[in-house]
Amino acid sequence: MKQLLLLSGKGGTGKTTVATCLIQLSQAKAYADCDVDAPNLHLVLGTFENHSTKPYYDLPKAVIDPDLCTECGLCHQVCRFDAITRNPYQVIPHLCEGCTYCAHVCPSEAITLEETVAGTIELHTRGDETFSTATLKMGSGTTGLLVTEVKKQIKDKAKFAILDGSPGIGCPVIASLTGVDLALMVAEPSLSGISDLQRVIQSARQLHVPACVIVNKSDVNEELTGRIRRYCNEESIPFLGTIPYDKEAIAAINSGQSLLERGGPASEAIRAIHHKVMKELEAL
Amino acid sequence: MKIAVLSGKGGTGKTLVSVNLAAVADKGGYFDCDVEEPNGHLFLKPSLIGEEEVTSLKPVVDMDRCDGCKVCVTACVYKALAYIPGELMIFDEICHACGLCTYLCPQQALKETKRVIGTIRRGERGSLSVHTGKMRIGESTGVPIIKKLLKKLDDDLSIIDSPPGSGCLVLETIEHADYCLLVAEPTMFGAQNLALVHELTRVMNKPAGVLLNKVEDGLNPSELYAKEHDLKILASLPYDSYAALESSNAELLVERSEKYRTFFLELLKEVVDEATLAAQR
Amino acid sequence: MIIAIPAEEKSLDSVISVNFGRSPYFCIYDTEKQQSTFIDNEAAGRPGGAGVEAAQNLVNQKIDTLVAFRLGDHAAKVLSGAKIKVLKAVNLSIADNIAKVLSHSLEELNEVHPGGINKG
Repeated sequence: MKQLLLLSGKGGTGKTTVATCLIQLSQAKAYADCDVDAPNLHLVLGTFENHSTKPYYDLPKAVIDPDLCTECGLCHQVCRFDAITRNPYQVIPHLCEGCTYCAHVCPSEAITLEETVAGTIELHTRGDETFSTATLKMGSGTTGLLVTEVKKQIKDKAKFAILDGSPGIGCPVIASLTGVDLALMVAEPSLSGISDLQRVIQSARQLHVPACVIVNKSDVNEELTGRIRRYCNEESIPFLGTIPYDKEAIAAINSGQSLLERGGPASEAIRAIHHKVMKELEAL
Repeated sequence: MKIAVLSGKGGTGKTLVSVNLAAVADKGGYFDCDVEEPNGHLFLKPSLIGEEEVTSLKPVVDMDRCDGCKVCVTACVYKALAYIPGELMIFDEICHACGLCTYLCPQQALKETKRVIGTIRRGERGSLSVHTGKMRIGESTGVPIIKKLLKKLDDDLSIIDSPPGSGCLVLETIEHADYCLLVAEPTMFGAQNLALVHELTRVMNKPAGVLLNKVEDGLNPSELYAKEHDLKILASLPYDSYAALESSNAELLVERSEKYRTFFLELLKEVVDEATLAAQR
Repeated sequence: MIIAIPAEEKSLDSVISVNFGRSPYFCIYDTEKQQSTFIDNEAAGRPGGAGVEAAQNLVNQKIDTLVAFRLGDHAAKVLSGAKIKVLKAVNLSIADNIAKVLSHSLEELNEVHPGGINKG
């Protein structure tokens, strides 16, 4: 199974919009939303027939049994995360980091560690299409494990899969990069965007994943778009094109219409980019 | 008044709004809590007053005392310790500094020492003090940096530029806020993320209002959401390619344009008024 | 020699897992006894520190060679500290890779990628 991953470094560059169009143009039968902190892909894919879910567990968190608690206060003393209140002695779940120090010191064995569901992994299918995503409970952190689980669900479900990645360069991005064939970086022409782009390209390189770049909303700042193009040339990274800012794109997404159906300059640019991306993939 | 500016989704204009509000206020403090990638200073260009390190604790082993029992390796839930014959390896970046291994070691071979996990820069721009937190790449959490950064909150006026998302970093930034300004873009994605951060403010019991950003003609799902959920819309900024260009070059709109200067002055007044009203309730 | 290889399935025909820390299984092959066993990778379900735990478990198994596609920097430190050789896998089955180890036709794996959890 060949896998295409979309990344950006900085958030809000248009990854999901581009991913949706590429899914439609390539008629990909397997796709995943690896941006589990703020999943958006499901909003634009329409409805699916079958759904299944499974829980995603974080580290077990401490729970104090009030019947066994003698209120000695040792747990409160040792907790480094301010997660234990006094009167009554209780653990604040979203602050507990699961270290188990409190359980070790409790003289009355009143503290147990309980499985904590931090989110849900979802699988949706319709016909021969498979869509994998996840949602996180408020305040939970994304980890590489969750992204790995989301990717696993579409493994070998089709010949070609498209993964909508997450912003940043942390562990979730590293996990999404593992084993993919090509990373398409969706950049935006801003100073903060450029520095984030360079960092995420570094990450892809370290994992030996070939990268290619496109610039979205390119006409917002042509000078910086040019800078990105030059940077790619210097680094021998294929620069596959630009997409102009197009308010039709917003209108299309909001009315649930495919950007491609609606047409317009952004739509045309993405079609051209699609051809180039597929050629890059074939060449690998 | 301590105002947190958040958005959930990246790229909606959180930093743009925060820095322009802070610049036009020209008093109090601006706090850049996006410690993984702080950008506010690019716009505000403060003159540096001082820099301080943020430290965490890390366990250090005395191998003369260590007998390879591996109690620490087994007990560490984060797997920050590994034992190979003759050496106990400690992975600082995975370590959460909980202190358990040091407590448990039967040979008392472990001691905790400080290590640097990030820096805080304090500067000024006119009468505005600018506080920037930056996390060392590879660290497991930026929360301690945000905590230290926000120790210097100015009760008169503080603009807290929150990180994207709705996780524990964001929770930390709104903990001390009197009011949350939610910046939303007019797309379905924006509305979705607006819902997430709105929920967060409800859970944390913080009064909130919305700024609609990059508004175009036509349906605005974020506006709809706000209206349906009794979320007050404080102002609306139309999409402006001039503003986009200036911001991409990290220029402050309030300095380049009289129109924007007026807009942000009014927005500041609105936000402070709303915050004051909410505090009285 | 005791060789470890991250495995997607419990079979010598299986492909090698691209993950190290979260590989579902490890194949442990003893070249003297010419025997292979498959162990579950207990680290696979961890939210963080998977590389370190997986590496520690292999150290406990007293392996001397690992064959893998990729390795994170934390796992690499543990393995190199224990003087375990790390060879670069080729895109063939586990059995084929074992044969290549024995015929000394695999290169050393020198590049590691950044590891570590990112909470929040």
